[in-house]
Amino acid sequence: MVMQATTSHLNATFAALADPTRRAILARLASGEATVNELAEPFAMTQPAISKHLKVLERAGLISRGRDAQRRPSRLEPKRLAEASRWLEQYRQFWGASFARLDAVLEDLKPKKTRRERPSR
Amino acid sequence: MLFYPESFKVSTPTDREIQVERDFNAPRQLVFDAFTKPELVRRWLLGPDGWTMPVCEIDLRVGGAYRYVWRKESAGMEMGMGGVFREVVHPEKLVATEKFDASWYPGEAVDTTVFEERGGITKIKLTVLYESKEARDMATRSGMDQGMIAGYNRLEQVLASFSTNG
Repeated sequence: MVMQATTSHLNATFAALADPTRRAILARLASGEATVNELAEPFAMTQPAISKHLKVLERAGLISRGRDAQRRPSRLEPKRLAEASRWLEQYRQFWGASFARLDAVLEDLKPKKTRRERPSR
Repeated sequence: MLFYPESFKVSTPTDREIQVERDFNAPRQLVFDAFTKPELVRRWLLGPDGWTMPVCEIDLRVGGAYRYVWRKESAGMEMGMGGVFREVVHPEKLVATEKFDASWYPGEAVDTTVFEERGGITKIKLTVLYESKEARDMATRSGMDQGMIAGYNRLEQVLASFSTNG
């Protein structure tokens, strides 16, 4: 059950991250909180369009929004983002460890010009 | 000797793909051999410490199959995968399907490995294309648990055989 819950909230996170505008909004929020107005400007989008994206991001737990009814600034929730990026980390670990070994295998395969004996380490 | 660990990149070029890049200080032919000769592959394609590759079979031709099995003795874990070569361009490019025995993502993925040499340094680009975005996300999210899942499956089989054999 716990795993199920984790999976479904990760699904929401991945769905939210799939959109390039939403990723750009997250990148902007990484440098500090911003209002809908402030976000609409650089993206050349209407406020309602931005608000829609913010809602998706909020539901996915990637951002939170301030209580101030006038401004409702959005801010990044880095914890959820870190969780979502962990999956790429698994690829990094597998291939990183494998490639380090491959370096040594390739070195071993290169024709030895002067030495006949392999170094002891 | 020069190594290029900083050239290692993992990215998601599209929402169905994962791409791994890395430079190696060796001619392309050597790197291609290391990717396609079983006696060489089993020396490095092992992931984190503790895993061995008791099965590594490669029939390097279009339509030929390959089969890999990894084992972590200390934990009683095993996981296998395999597929069929769709393209073999010696020593430039390999395209092959990939499917894990106890697959935890839907469908088959297609792996494309490109070997490019420049000034004695070979860059490899390995792209895994999944059938859907969901498949990719599932594959990458739970990949590390996979060995464990396979281990539990085996344990279940063993327990089942105990109960049927008396």
